[in-house]
Amino acid sequence: MEFRLDPASGVPTYLQLVQQVEQALRLGYLKPGDQLPKVREVVAALAINPNTVLKAYRELEHKGLAAGRPGRGTFVEASLGEPTLPALTDLRRGLKTWLAKADAAGLDDDGIVALVTSTMRDFRQRRPDDERGRDVG
Amino acid sequence: MSIIEARGLGRRYGKRWALEDCTLSLPEGRLVALIGPNGAGKSTLLNMIVGLTAPTAGELTVLDGHPAGSPAALDGIAFVAQDMPLYRNLTVADMVHLTRNLNVSFDTAAANRRLADLGIDPKQKAGKLSGGQQAQLALSLALARQPRLLVLDEPTAPLDPLARHDFMATVMTAMAEDGISVILSSHLLAELEKVADHLVLIADGRVRVDGPVDELIDAHRLVTAPRGALPQGCDVIESSGSHQLVRLAAPLPAALPSRPVGIEELTLAYFRQGTLIGAAS
Repeated sequence: MEFRLDPASGVPTYLQLVQQVEQALRLGYLKPGDQLPKVREVVAALAINPNTVLKAYRELEHKGLAAGRPGRGTFVEASLGEPTLPALTDLRRGLKTWLAKADAAGLDDDGIVALVTSTMRDFRQRRPDDERGRDVG
Repeated sequence: MSIIEARGLGRRYGKRWALEDCTLSLPEGRLVALIGPNGAGKSTLLNMIVGLTAPTAGELTVLDGHPAGSPAALDGIAFVAQDMPLYRNLTVADMVHLTRNLNVSFDTAAANRRLADLGIDPKQKAGKLSGGQQAQLALSLALARQPRLLVLDEPTAPLDPLARHDFMATVMTAMAEDGISVILSSHLLAELEKVADHLVLIADGRVRVDGPVDELIDAHRLVTAPRGALPQGCDVIESSGSHQLVRLAAPLPAALPSRPVGIEELTLAYFRQGTLIGAAS
Protein backbone atom coordinates (compact mmCIF):
# COMPACT_ATOMS: atom_id res chain seq x y z
CA MET A 1 0.00 0.00 0.00
CA GLU A 2 0.98 3.64 -0.37
CA PHE A 3 0.14 6.46 2.00
CA ARG A 4 -1.26 9.80 0.88
CA LEU A 5 -1.40 12.84 3.14
CA ASP A 6 -4.15 15.40 3.23
CA PRO A 7 -2.51 18.58 4.52
CA ALA A 8 -5.84 20.39 4.76
CA SER A 9 -7.56 17.75 6.90
CA GLY A 10 -6.26 19.07 10.22
CA VAL A 11 -5.75 15.42 11.28
CA PRO A 12 -2.26 14.86 12.71
CA THR A 13 0.06 13.10 10.25
CA TYR A 14 0.60 9.95 12.37
CA LEU A 15 -3.17 9.56 12.73
CA GLN A 16 -3.68 9.85 8.98
CA LEU A 17 -1.27 6.93 8.55
CA VAL A 18 -3.11 4.89 11.21
CA GLN A 19 -6.48 5.61 9.62
CA GLN A 20 -5.25 4.68 6.15
CA VAL A 21 -4.00 1.30 7.39
CA GLU A 22 -7.31 0.73 9.18
CA GLN A 23 -9.21 1.62 6.05
CA ALA A 24 -7.08 -0.73 3.95
CA LEU A 25 -7.78 -3.49 6.49
CA ARG A 26 -11.48 -2.77 6.45
CA LEU A 27 -11.62 -2.92 2.67
CA GLY A 28 -9.50 -6.05 2.55
CA TYR A 29 -6.56 -4.45 0.70
CA LEU A 30 -4.33 -5.47 3.60
CA LYS A 31 -4.49 -8.92 5.20
CA PRO A 32 -2.79 -10.55 8.19
CA GLY A 33 0.81 -11.36 7.29
CA ASP A 34 1.15 -8.45 4.85
CA GLN A 35 4.10 -6.14 5.44
CA LEU A 36 3.45 -2.46 6.02
CA PRO A 37 5.66 -0.09 3.99
CA LYS A 38 9.15 0.25 5.47
CA VAL A 39 9.72 3.43 7.47
CA ARG A 40 12.43 4.50 5.04
CA GLU A 41 10.07 4.12 2.06
CA VAL A 42 7.29 6.15 3.68
CA VAL A 43 9.72 8.87 4.70
CA ALA A 44 11.28 9.08 1.22
CA ALA A 45 7.89 9.27 -0.49
CA LEU A 46 6.17 11.75 1.83
CA ALA A 47 9.13 13.75 3.23
CA ILE A 48 7.84 13.27 6.76
CA ASN A 49 9.72 12.66 9.99
CA PRO A 50 10.56 8.96 10.55
CA ASN A 51 9.49 9.31 14.19
CA THR A 52 5.97 10.10 12.92
CA VAL A 53 5.84 6.81 11.00
CA LEU A 54 7.20 4.93 14.03
CA LYS A 55 4.52 6.55 16.17
CA ALA A 56 1.80 5.45 13.73
CA TYR A 57 3.13 1.88 13.67
CA ARG A 58 3.36 1.83 17.48
CA GLU A 59 -0.27 2.93 17.62
CA LEU A 60 -1.25 0.10 15.25
CA GLU A 61 0.69 -2.34 17.45
CA HIS A 62 -1.05 -0.95 20.51
CA LYS A 63 -4.40 -1.61 18.82
CA GLY A 64 -3.30 -5.17 18.10
CA LEU A 65 -3.52 -4.63 14.34
CA ALA A 66 0.18 -4.91 13.56
CA ALA A 67 3.38 -6.27 15.07
CA GLY A 68 7.01 -5.33 14.57
CA ARG A 69 9.48 -8.08 13.70
CA PRO A 70 13.00 -6.98 14.67
CA GLY A 71 15.16 -6.26 11.64
CA ARG A 72 12.40 -7.07 9.18
CA GLY A 73 9.65 -4.51 9.53
CA THR A 74 6.06 -4.22 10.68
CA PHE A 75 3.45 -6.77 9.66
CA VAL A 76 -0.34 -6.90 9.78
CA GLU A 77 -1.55 -9.08 12.66
CA ALA A 78 -5.31 -8.83 12.55
CA SER A 79 -8.05 -7.87 10.17
CA LEU A 80 -10.78 -5.33 10.74
CA GLY A 81 -14.29 -6.61 10.08
CA GLU A 82 -12.97 -8.16 6.90
CA PRO A 83 -16.02 -8.06 4.71
CA THR A 84 -15.42 -10.47 1.85
CA LEU A 85 -15.27 -9.11 -1.67
CA PRO A 86 -18.72 -10.42 -2.67
CA ALA A 87 -20.14 -8.70 0.42
CA LEU A 88 -18.47 -5.45 -0.63
CA THR A 89 -19.88 -5.71 -4.14
CA ASP A 90 -23.34 -6.28 -2.70
CA LEU A 91 -23.00 -3.31 -0.31
CA ARG A 92 -21.77 -1.10 -3.15
CA ARG A 93 -24.79 -2.05 -5.26
CA GLY A 94 -27.15 -1.20 -2.38
CA LEU A 95 -25.35 2.12 -1.89
CA LYS A 96 -25.74 3.01 -5.57
CA THR A 97 -29.48 2.38 -5.37
CA TRP A 98 -29.65 4.58 -2.29
CA LEU A 99 -27.58 7.31 -3.95
CA ALA A 100 -29.95 7.34 -6.92
CA LYS A 101 -32.84 7.90 -4.48
CA ALA A 102 -30.95 10.70 -2.71
CA ASP A 103 -30.24 12.27 -6.08
CA ALA A 104 -33.89 12.07 -7.08
CA ALA A 105 -34.83 13.68 -3.75
CA GLY A 106 -32.69 16.67 -4.73
CA LEU A 107 -29.70 16.16 -2.40
CA ASP A 108 -26.34 17.36 -3.71
CA ASP A 109 -22.98 15.76 -2.77
CA ASP A 110 -22.51 17.91 0.33
CA GLY A 111 -26.04 17.13 1.46
CA ILE A 112 -25.46 13.40 1.03
CA VAL A 113 -22.18 13.50 2.98
CA ALA A 114 -23.84 15.51 5.77
CA LEU A 115 -26.71 13.03 5.96
CA VAL A 116 -24.39 10.01 5.99
CA THR A 117 -22.12 11.57 8.63
CA SER A 118 -24.94 12.52 10.99
CA THR A 119 -26.73 9.17 10.56
CA MET A 120 -23.48 7.33 11.19
CA ARG A 121 -22.94 9.38 14.36
CA ASP A 122 -26.42 8.44 15.63
CA PHE A 123 -25.75 4.82 14.75
CA ARG A 124 -22.41 4.76 16.57
CA GLN A 125 -23.77 6.50 19.64
CA ARG A 126 -26.07 3.57 20.17
CA ARG A 127 -22.97 1.35 20.24
CA PRO A 128 -20.73 3.11 22.76
CA ASP A 129 -18.34 0.13 22.83
CA ASP A 130 -17.32 0.95 19.29
CA GLU A 131 -14.14 3.01 19.43
CA ARG A 132 -14.06 4.17 15.85
CA GLY A 133 -16.09 7.30 16.32
CA ARG A 134 -13.97 8.70 19.14
CA ASP A 135 -12.75 12.26 19.08
CA VAL A 136 -9.28 12.55 17.67
CA GLY A 137 -8.72 16.24 18.35
CA MET B 1 19.98 11.80 25.64
CA SER B 2 20.68 15.32 24.48
CA ILE B 3 22.65 16.38 21.46
CA ILE B 4 23.03 20.02 22.51
CA GLU B 5 23.24 21.58 25.97
CA ALA B 6 23.28 25.34 26.39
CA ARG B 7 23.41 27.10 29.76
CA GLY B 8 23.11 30.86 30.02
CA LEU B 9 24.43 31.09 26.47
CA GLY B 10 24.80 34.55 24.97
CA ARG B 11 26.48 36.35 22.09
CA ARG B 12 26.98 40.08 21.93
CA TYR B 13 27.93 42.14 18.88
CA GLY B 14 29.13 45.55 20.08
CA LYS B 15 26.48 46.69 22.52
CA ARG B 16 23.69 44.53 21.13
CA TRP B 17 22.98 41.01 22.40
CA ALA B 18 22.09 38.85 19.36
CA LEU B 19 21.25 36.02 21.76
CA GLU B 20 20.91 36.27 25.51
CA ASP B 21 20.59 33.86 28.43
CA CYS B 22 19.74 30.85 26.29
CA THR B 23 19.31 27.57 28.18
CA LEU B 24 18.38 24.54 26.12
CA SER B 25 18.65 20.78 26.14
CA LEU B 26 17.89 19.34 22.71
CA PRO B 27 17.12 15.62 22.29
CA GLU B 28 19.09 13.25 20.02
CA GLY B 29 17.50 11.46 17.06
CA ARG B 30 14.96 14.23 16.48
CA LEU B 31 14.40 17.08 14.08
CA VAL B 32 14.52 20.30 16.05
CA ALA B 33 12.94 23.25 14.26
CA LEU B 34 14.38 26.63 15.16
CA ILE B 35 11.96 29.41 14.35
CA GLY B 36 11.73 33.12 14.93
CA PRO B 37 11.40 36.44 13.11
CA ASN B 38 14.35 37.76 11.10
CA GLY B 39 17.13 39.02 13.35
CA ALA B 40 15.80 37.00 16.30
CA GLY B 41 19.12 35.23 16.89
CA LYS B 42 18.55 31.94 15.03
CA SER B 43 21.64 32.10 12.83
CA THR B 44 23.72 33.30 15.79
CA LEU B 45 22.71 30.18 17.73
CA LEU B 46 23.37 27.89 14.75
CA ASN B 47 26.76 29.51 14.10
CA MET B 48 27.75 28.91 17.73
CA ILE B 49 26.58 25.27 17.55
CA VAL B 50 28.75 24.59 14.50
CA GLY B 51 31.72 26.49 15.97
CA LEU B 52 31.81 29.43 13.57
CA THR B 53 31.08 31.93 16.33
CA ALA B 54 32.34 31.83 19.92
CA PRO B 55 29.90 32.54 22.77
CA THR B 56 30.28 35.80 24.71
CA ALA B 57 28.61 34.31 27.77
CA GLY B 58 27.55 30.93 29.12
CA GLU B 59 28.31 27.38 28.07
CA LEU B 60 27.57 25.35 24.97
CA THR B 61 28.36 21.64 24.56
CA VAL B 62 27.40 19.34 21.68
CA LEU B 63 27.28 15.58 20.97
CA ASP B 64 28.69 13.93 24.12
CA GLY B 65 29.49 17.05 26.07
CA HIS B 66 32.20 18.35 23.73
CA PRO B 67 32.60 22.13 23.77
CA ALA B 68 31.20 23.64 20.56
CA GLY B 69 34.00 24.28 18.08
CA SER B 70 36.33 21.61 19.52
CA PRO B 71 37.77 19.06 17.03
CA ALA B 72 35.52 16.25 18.28
CA ALA B 73 32.49 18.51 17.93
CA LEU B 74 33.44 19.63 14.42
CA ASP B 75 33.90 16.03 13.27
CA GLY B 76 30.40 15.02 14.25
CA ILE B 77 28.51 18.01 12.89
CA ALA B 78 27.74 18.90 9.27
CA PHE B 79 26.42 22.33 8.39
CA VAL B 80 24.63 23.60 5.31
CA ALA B 81 24.57 27.40 5.46
CA GLN B 82 21.84 29.67 4.14
CA ASP B 83 23.68 30.59 0.92
CA MET B 84 24.52 26.99 -0.19
CA PRO B 85 28.31 27.34 -0.13
CA LEU B 86 29.48 25.81 -3.43
CA TYR B 87 32.28 26.80 -5.77
CA ARG B 88 30.29 27.75 -8.84
CA ASN B 89 33.09 27.06 -11.33
CA LEU B 90 33.93 23.60 -9.99
CA THR B 91 32.20 20.55 -11.40
CA VAL B 92 30.08 18.33 -9.18
CA ALA B 93 32.86 15.69 -9.25
CA ASP B 94 35.43 18.33 -8.22
CA MET B 95 33.21 19.43 -5.33
CA VAL B 96 33.04 15.81 -4.11
CA HIS B 97 36.82 15.46 -4.47
CA LEU B 98 37.49 18.75 -2.65
CA THR B 99 35.12 17.98 0.22
CA ARG B 100 36.64 14.52 0.62
CA ASN B 101 40.12 16.02 0.97
CA LEU B 102 38.98 18.67 3.44
CA ASN B 103 37.41 16.18 5.84
CA VAL B 104 38.67 13.42 8.12
CA SER B 105 35.84 11.08 7.28
CA PHE B 106 33.96 11.22 4.00
CA ASP B 107 32.01 8.46 2.27
CA THR B 108 32.74 9.16 -1.41
CA ALA B 109 30.76 6.15 -2.62
CA ALA B 110 27.69 7.26 -0.68
CA ALA B 111 27.97 10.81 -2.03
CA ASN B 112 28.26 9.57 -5.63
CA ARG B 113 25.39 7.12 -5.16
CA ARG B 114 23.14 9.82 -3.76
CA LEU B 115 24.01 12.24 -6.56
CA ALA B 116 23.38 9.54 -9.18
CA ASP B 117 19.99 8.77 -7.58
CA LEU B 118 19.15 12.46 -7.89
CA GLY B 119 20.19 12.49 -11.55
CA ILE B 120 22.91 15.10 -11.00
CA ASP B 121 25.62 14.93 -13.68
CA PRO B 122 29.13 14.81 -12.10
CA LYS B 123 30.59 16.73 -15.07
CA GLN B 124 28.18 19.65 -14.67
CA LYS B 125 29.53 22.86 -13.10
CA ALA B 126 28.00 23.54 -9.68
CA GLY B 127 26.98 27.03 -10.75
CA LYS B 128 25.00 25.66 -13.70
CA LEU B 129 22.81 23.37 -11.57
CA SER B 130 19.24 24.35 -10.76
CA GLY B 131 18.57 25.79 -7.29
CA GLY B 132 17.10 22.49 -6.15
CA GLN B 133 20.12 20.53 -7.43
CA GLN B 134 22.57 22.94 -5.79
CA ALA B 135 20.78 22.44 -2.50
CA GLN B 136 20.82 18.66 -2.98
CA LEU B 137 24.56 18.79 -3.81
CA ALA B 138 25.36 20.79 -0.67
CA LEU B 139 23.21 18.35 1.36
CA SER B 140 24.80 15.26 -0.22
CA LEU B 141 28.29 16.59 0.60
CA ALA B 142 27.20 17.29 4.19
CA LEU B 143 25.65 13.81 4.63
CA ALA B 144 28.69 12.05 3.14
CA ARG B 145 30.67 13.32 6.15
CA GLN B 146 28.49 10.89 8.15
CA PRO B 147 27.59 13.42 10.83
CA ARG B 148 25.68 12.65 14.02
CA LEU B 149 24.15 16.10 13.82
CA LEU B 150 23.10 17.92 10.65
CA VAL B 151 22.59 21.67 10.97
CA LEU B 152 20.55 23.40 8.26
CA ASP B 153 20.12 27.18 8.15
CA GLU B 154 17.00 27.98 6.09
CA PRO B 155 17.98 25.47 3.42
CA THR B 156 14.73 25.36 1.50
CA ALA B 157 13.84 29.05 1.45
CA PRO B 158 14.86 29.68 -2.21
CA LEU B 159 13.48 26.38 -3.55
CA ASP B 160 10.24 25.65 -5.41
CA PRO B 161 7.74 23.33 -3.67
CA LEU B 162 8.83 20.17 -5.50
CA ALA B 163 12.55 20.83 -4.84
CA ARG B 164 11.69 21.53 -1.18
CA HIS B 165 9.81 18.24 -0.92
CA ASP B 166 12.72 16.32 -2.47
CA PHE B 167 15.27 18.08 -0.24
CA MET B 168 13.33 17.26 2.92
CA ALA B 169 12.79 13.68 1.71
CA THR B 170 16.59 13.30 1.53
CA VAL B 171 16.99 14.73 5.05
CA MET B 172 14.23 12.50 6.45
CA THR B 173 15.69 9.41 4.76
CA ALA B 174 19.08 10.14 6.38
CA MET B 175 17.28 10.36 9.74
CA ALA B 176 15.54 7.01 9.13
CA GLU B 177 18.62 5.19 7.83
CA ASP B 178 21.45 6.60 9.92
CA GLY B 179 19.61 7.91 12.98
CA ILE B 180 21.13 11.37 12.64
CA SER B 181 19.77 14.35 14.53
CA VAL B 182 18.80 17.50 12.65
CA ILE B 183 18.50 21.14 13.62
CA LEU B 184 16.75 23.22 11.03
CA SER B 185 15.96 26.91 11.01
CA SER B 186 13.06 27.87 8.80
CA HIS B 187 10.38 30.44 8.10
CA LEU B 188 8.19 27.91 6.31
CA LEU B 189 5.92 27.20 9.22
CA ALA B 190 3.32 25.16 7.34
CA GLU B 191 6.04 22.76 6.23
CA LEU B 192 7.36 22.16 9.74
CA GLU B 193 4.15 20.38 10.70
CA LYS B 194 5.31 17.35 8.70
CA VAL B 195 8.94 17.24 9.76
CA ALA B 196 9.53 18.70 13.23
CA ASP B 197 9.62 16.70 16.49
CA HIS B 198 10.77 19.53 18.66
CA LEU B 199 10.27 23.27 18.49
CA VAL B 200 12.49 26.10 19.70
CA LEU B 201 11.04 29.55 19.21
CA ILE B 202 13.36 32.54 19.50
CA ALA B 203 12.35 36.18 19.45
CA ASP B 204 14.35 39.29 20.35
CA GLY B 205 17.40 37.22 21.21
CA ARG B 206 15.60 35.03 23.75
CA VAL B 207 14.11 31.55 23.79
CA ARG B 208 10.32 31.88 24.10
CA VAL B 209 9.15 28.30 23.60
CA ASP B 210 11.08 25.03 23.81
CA GLY B 211 9.47 21.62 23.77
CA PRO B 212 8.35 18.51 21.88
CA VAL B 213 5.82 19.40 19.16
CA ASP B 214 3.21 16.90 20.44
CA GLU B 215 3.32 18.37 23.94
CA LEU B 216 3.13 21.95 22.67
CA ILE B 217 0.16 21.13 20.44
CA ASP B 218 -1.60 19.37 23.34
CA ALA B 219 -0.87 22.28 25.67
CA HIS B 220 -2.48 24.97 23.49
CA ARG B 221 -6.05 25.53 22.30
CA LEU B 222 -8.01 28.24 20.59
CA VAL B 223 -11.04 29.02 22.75
CA THR B 224 -14.06 30.79 21.34
CA ALA B 225 -15.20 32.81 24.34
CA PRO B 226 -14.48 36.22 25.86
CA ARG B 227 -11.34 36.45 27.95
CA GLY B 228 -13.33 36.68 31.18
CA ALA B 229 -14.84 33.24 30.59
CA LEU B 230 -11.48 31.49 30.80
CA PRO B 231 -10.74 29.40 33.90
CA GLN B 232 -7.97 30.38 36.32
CA GLY B 233 -4.43 29.43 35.39
CA CYS B 234 -4.83 29.76 31.60
CA ASP B 235 -1.96 31.62 30.00
CA VAL B 236 -3.41 33.80 27.22
CA ILE B 237 -0.92 33.96 24.35
CA GLU B 238 -3.11 35.93 21.98
CA SER B 239 -6.46 37.58 22.52
CA SER B 240 -8.69 38.85 19.75
CA GLY B 241 -12.11 39.68 21.16
CA SER B 242 -14.03 36.44 20.96
CA HIS B 243 -11.01 34.16 20.37
CA GLN B 244 -8.31 33.34 22.92
CA LEU B 245 -5.25 31.29 22.13
CA VAL B 246 -4.29 29.84 25.49
CA ARG B 247 -1.62 27.68 27.04
CA LEU B 248 -3.44 25.27 29.34
CA ALA B 249 -2.54 24.58 32.93
CA ALA B 250 -5.41 22.08 33.27
CA PRO B 251 -8.03 20.65 30.88
CA LEU B 252 -10.65 23.18 29.78
CA PRO B 253 -14.25 22.83 30.99
CA ALA B 254 -16.16 20.76 28.42
CA ALA B 255 -18.71 23.54 27.95
CA LEU B 256 -16.10 25.95 26.60
CA PRO B 257 -15.94 25.67 22.78
CA SER B 258 -12.36 25.21 21.63
CA ARG B 259 -10.24 23.57 18.97
CA PRO B 260 -6.60 22.49 18.67
CA VAL B 261 -4.07 24.75 16.93
CA GLY B 262 -1.30 23.80 14.50
CA ILE B 263 2.35 24.82 14.59
CA GLU B 264 1.79 27.73 12.23
CA GLU B 265 -1.04 29.31 14.22
CA LEU B 266 0.76 28.71 17.49
CA THR B 267 4.00 30.23 16.27
CA LEU B 268 2.39 33.34 14.79
CA ALA B 269 0.66 33.97 18.11
CA TYR B 270 3.97 33.82 19.98
CA PHE B 271 5.64 36.04 17.36
CA ARG B 272 2.97 38.69 17.83
CA GLN B 273 3.07 38.52 21.58
CA GLY B 274 5.18 41.33 22.96
CA THR B 275 5.84 40.10 26.47
CA LEU B 276 8.33 37.50 27.53
CA ILE B 277 7.20 33.95 28.15
CA GLY B 278 9.40 31.85 30.38
CA ALA B 279 11.14 29.11 28.40
CA ALA B 280 8.52 26.61 29.33
CA SER B 281 7.81 22.86 29.46
